[in-house]
Formats: sequence, structure tokens, C-alpha cells
Amino acid sequence: MQKTSDVAQLAAITKAMRRTVLQMITEAGSGHPGGSLSAAEIVVTLFFDVMRHDPANPKWPDRDRFILSKGHCCPILYAVMAECGYCPKDKLMTLRKLGSPYQGHPDVRFLPALEASTGSLGLGLSLGLGMALAARLNGGKSRSYVVLGDGEIQEGQVWESAMAAGFHRVDNLVAIVDYNQIQLDGFVKDIMELEPLADKWRSFGWHVVEAYGHDIAALQNAFGEASSMKGKPTCVIAHTIKGKGVSFMEGNPKYHGQAPTREECARALQELA
Amino acid sequence: MPAKTKYELPLGAATREAFGKALVELGRENPNVVALDADLSKSTYTAAFAKEFPGRFVECGIAEANMIAIGAGLASSGKIPFAASFSVFAMNKGFEQLRVTAAYPNVNLKVVGTHSGISIGEDGPSQMSVEDLSLACSLPGFTVLCPADETAMIELVKLAAAHVGPVFIRAGRPKVAKIYEAGRQFKIGESIELVEGSDVTLIATGLLVAESIRAAEALESEGISARVIDFPTIKPLDREAIARAARETGAIVVAEEHLVDGGLGVRVAQAVAEMHPAPMEFVGIQNTYAESGTPEQLLDKYGLLARDVAAAARRVLKRKR
Ligand SMILES: Cc1ncc(C[n+]2csc(CCOP(=O)(O)OP(=O)(O)O)c2C)c(N)n1
Ligand SMILES: [Mg+2]
Repeated sequence: MQKTSDVAQLAAITKAMRRTVLQMITEAGSGHPGGSLSAAEIVVTLFFDVMRHDPANPKWPDRDRFILSKGHCCPILYAVMAECGYCPKDKLMTLRKLGSPYQGHPDVRFLPALEASTGSLGLGLSLGLGMALAARLNGGKSRSYVVLGDGEIQEGQVWESAMAAGFHRVDNLVAIVDYNQIQLDGFVKDIMELEPLADKWRSFGWHVVEAYGHDIAALQNAFGEASSMKGKPTCVIAHTIKGKGVSFMEGNPKYHGQAPTREECARALQELA
Repeated sequence: MPAKTKYELPLGAATREAFGKALVELGRENPNVVALDADLSKSTYTAAFAKEFPGRFVECGIAEANMIAIGAGLASSGKIPFAASFSVFAMNKGFEQLRVTAAYPNVNLKVVGTHSGISIGEDGPSQMSVEDLSLACSLPGFTVLCPADETAMIELVKLAAAHVGPVFIRAGRPKVAKIYEAGRQFKIGESIELVEGSDVTLIATGLLVAESIRAAEALESEGISARVIDFPTIKPLDREAIARAARETGAIVVAEEHLVDGGLGVRVAQAVAEMHPAPMEFVGIQNTYAESGTPEQLLDKYGLLARDVAAAARRVLKRKR
């Protein structure tokens, strides 16, 4: 795979990934477009620029770890991993079908290059913390990146792992909150308000960076700041738009877990031409 | 020869949808009924209750463990709380809370787990509850219900509300066959014989009730007389009906959309072993997690169709003395 720090190139990859995600979910007839689209820049920037990893050697012990704790948004992860060369591109359109490597939620039995099977919200930060602690014990350089949903962080376990990571000063752990303000039943603020969110993470001993999650340069800076931070884990609060890139999906709770129709997909692809 | 079973099995509503309807009815009748959900109210169908009784609905966010213990607190203060989520999250995330805040002090909490089993299809194992009956039955004092269709769900929700003590109700995602006519009476702890038979008994719960009726029809055409019994109550178990089935038919198949380990089958087997030993076979998920696929593909691959129940019946008959 060709890594790059060039923002224009990363933006072009992101756009292509958004197109792939929409086609995959349309083909499957079910899935979660909104949170896949809001996380696109985050996942692309990590895999194509920030993370130390090698698709030719997926189990390289000193690799950085990526965990999609909000596992329902796996289409963006599958599209990016396939683009990197971890898994077959020509099977992406079998998403959610019997026997596909691209299961409805990330499943290491079907796609061993994944770091974790996720789909039950709230577990990923603990897993990432364990992996970061193992790297520390091994004296390795490996860092763990965990992408969390804003609704997801209502789970108590997220805050248990946050407290533990702060207490143990695990500075090779990065949490990224995809703050798209929408969860399953509606808007986060109507279901269980998170604010003041940055203060919460800070009070748990974390360094916090806030960034517009669709600004690749801002994300690069945030991850750079996280890498140089000593003695504290970093939380990147990525302010995003659910359904980003498709006008009729943006900010619309309906597209949390609903596939576009073929007609809607065609319109969406036009917007992302 | 006319089919003795004569069961028509038209498609009815999903049991989760019937739960939502019944909950609203309960809400109208009893101001003490409250509901809790964890960001799944459109999927569990508590949304209708939330709309009609916003003051009696507690949105917990994505925090099932918290939801269960809040429910236990409400119950301890005289409310009749129904806490709902996907079964896998209510039971697995909430298990310690179910044990220590609900079962142990025996509080009046009702837990409803929707999207049980593998018939949810494409979402895959992380959302599939295949151990919920086992977990719920392991809680002393809990009543465990698993209705097979919409009528059973509506009646059992009423009975659960009237019953004093913790209850778990299992519901499914897909629309399912209608087994009962509207208004049919149920009783907690009582099984229902749906098809008469003398050679073998098919004991089933939930989705597998309809499959077992179809299996009985297939067996009848081979000259095998199969009794079909629905177990809407998993705990307390209807031991009388089990003993009678063992005595009168001498062979038993148990079918459920659940891991064989710890499910209805092993509970029935215990009763059979204690009261009237007889050969048994078990239809269920065998020591594995399923995967993504259509519900039909998964029920086929994991062996939960009428064909599989009938095959188990033929096997058990070979072992019958
Ligand atoms: C423990 C758990 N509870 C409930 C669900 C069902 N569920 C799937 S996605 C979702 C909403 C997630 O919202 P958010 O974390 O904000 O994700 P995003 O907006 O990025 O899609 C819910 C409740 C789940 N997968 N896991
Ligand atoms: Mg969100």
C-alpha cells in the first residue's frame, strides 16, 4: 500500500471510500451508513497516514492497533482495509451475506486481520487499553487507536477504562470520539446528554484535543499531538456530521441504521462524483 | 388421509411488536407500570409507550447494566417496571444487576429481551442472544417466558405484570406464524398441547413451535404420530406434562432457537431423568456462534427447521424400546 501525508490525496481516498461504503450497504440492503460516513476521514487518516502497520504482514507484533469499538460502522473499516490490501476488494459487495469476510459486525473469525470482534458497544476502549499495556510491557512502539461512538460512550465500561488508562498513564492509547450527535433513537442531547464532554475526559486524566472530524489536516495535528504527549492518554473529540457527504443523510437520524434505496444510492454517488 | 394436525400457520406480527402493544394496554390500565429502554425503543417497540406516557418512560441511553439496576430500584419502590433492550444486551450486560439487584432480593422487575436467537439475520452474533434462556433460568426466583406468537406474547405480558416477582420475557425480531387465536388463555407454568400424538413428543418453544407443528405433519405422512407441546413458560417448568409425555410416548425431542447448552432441552432432560427416563434428542444451536446471513439461511444452516425436528424425531424413535 502507498501511505501518504498529502491532504489532497487523503481527501480523494476518503471520497472513494464513501462511495464504496454506500454501494456496499445498498447492495446488502441493511447496515449503518450514517456512522460509517461520519468516521471516514478518521479511519482513512489513521490507516493511510498515521498508523504504523503493514498489510503484507498483518500480525507484525509491533504494529499499531486499530479498534472500531462502534462495530456497526464496519463498512468504512472494511472499505479502508481492502484498499490497504488486507482483504479482497472484489468481495466488498458481499457485505452481510452468508459466508462473506465482511460480516454485519467485525468478526475476526471471518477476517483475521481485524484486531477485535466488536458490535456490542462499550468494550473497545478496554481492549485497546490492554493492547497498549502489552506494548508497554514489551518495550515496543505500538500505539492503540480506538474509535468510539458518542452514543456508545454512555456505556459505563467506557469510563472504567478511561479511569484506568488515566491512572496508569497509558500514553500510547488514543480514543477517538466520533461526535456526530446522533445515536439510534435520535439526537444524543435528547437521549443522554454528554456535555461537558472534554471536561469529563480531562477529569479522568486524559489529554484532550478537539478537532473538526472532516478536516484531515486537523486530524493529523491531533494525532501528532497525541504521539508527543507523555504520561497521559489522549482523547480526540472529533466533531463530525452523521451521514457526511450525502446531503439527504447529513444530520438525519433515519440513516443511522437504514440502507439507502438504489435510487437514493445513485443520487448519493452523484453528489460524491 | 386428512392431516390430523390441520394447523394453518398464517404469518402474524413479530413478538416484539406484540410486546409493544401489550405494554401500552398495561400502561392504560395500571399507572404503576413504567418502562425503561436503552436507545432501542424503536426496535423493542417501547416507543409507543414512551409516546403515550412520557412521564413513565425512562430513557437510559446505551447503558443496559444501569438500566436493569434502575429498574430494580423502581420495582423496590412499588413500580412495575418493564426494562427492554435486545436480549443479548439486557442479559449479558445486565447479568450481575439481574442477579444481585433483582433475583437475590426477589424484586418485581420485568425484563424483556427482543431480537433473541439467530433469526435476526444479517447483524450477526454480537447482536444474537443464544444463551439468554440459560442465563435467565440460572437466576433463582425468576420466571422465564418465551411466547411463540403475538397472542401468546400479549397474554404473557399481562400475566407477567400481574405476577409478583422477577420475570424475563424473550421476544424475537421477525414476523412469526400465528399459533393461537386472539384471546386464548395462558397460565404461567403451564404448557399447551397443540397436536395430539402417541409415538413421540415434540417439545418446543418460541420460533420452533411452528416448525415442530410442521414436523408433526411431515411425520404423520410417514405414519408417525407426534405430539407437539408448546412451552411458553421455561421456568417454572411444566413437569407434569413432561412426565406424561415420557410415559405415554416414550420418546422426546426438544427444539429451541438457543444454544443446546443450558436451554429448555437440558431442563426437560433433567425432569425426564428424575421422573420417567426416556430417550431424547435436542434441536438447537450446537456449541457455536452463528454469523451474518438471511434469517432463512441461518435457520437452515444451523438446523432449526421442521426438517431438523422431524429428523430428530426419527432418530429418537430408533432408540425407543
Ligand atoms: C451494548 C449495545 N447496546 C445497544 C446496541 C444497539 N446499537 C447499535 S448502534 C447504536 C447507536 C450507536 O450510536 P453511536 O455510538 O453514536 O454510533 P454512530 O452515531 O457513530 O453510528 C445502538 C444503540 C449495541 N450494538 N450494543
Ligand atoms: Mg453517534
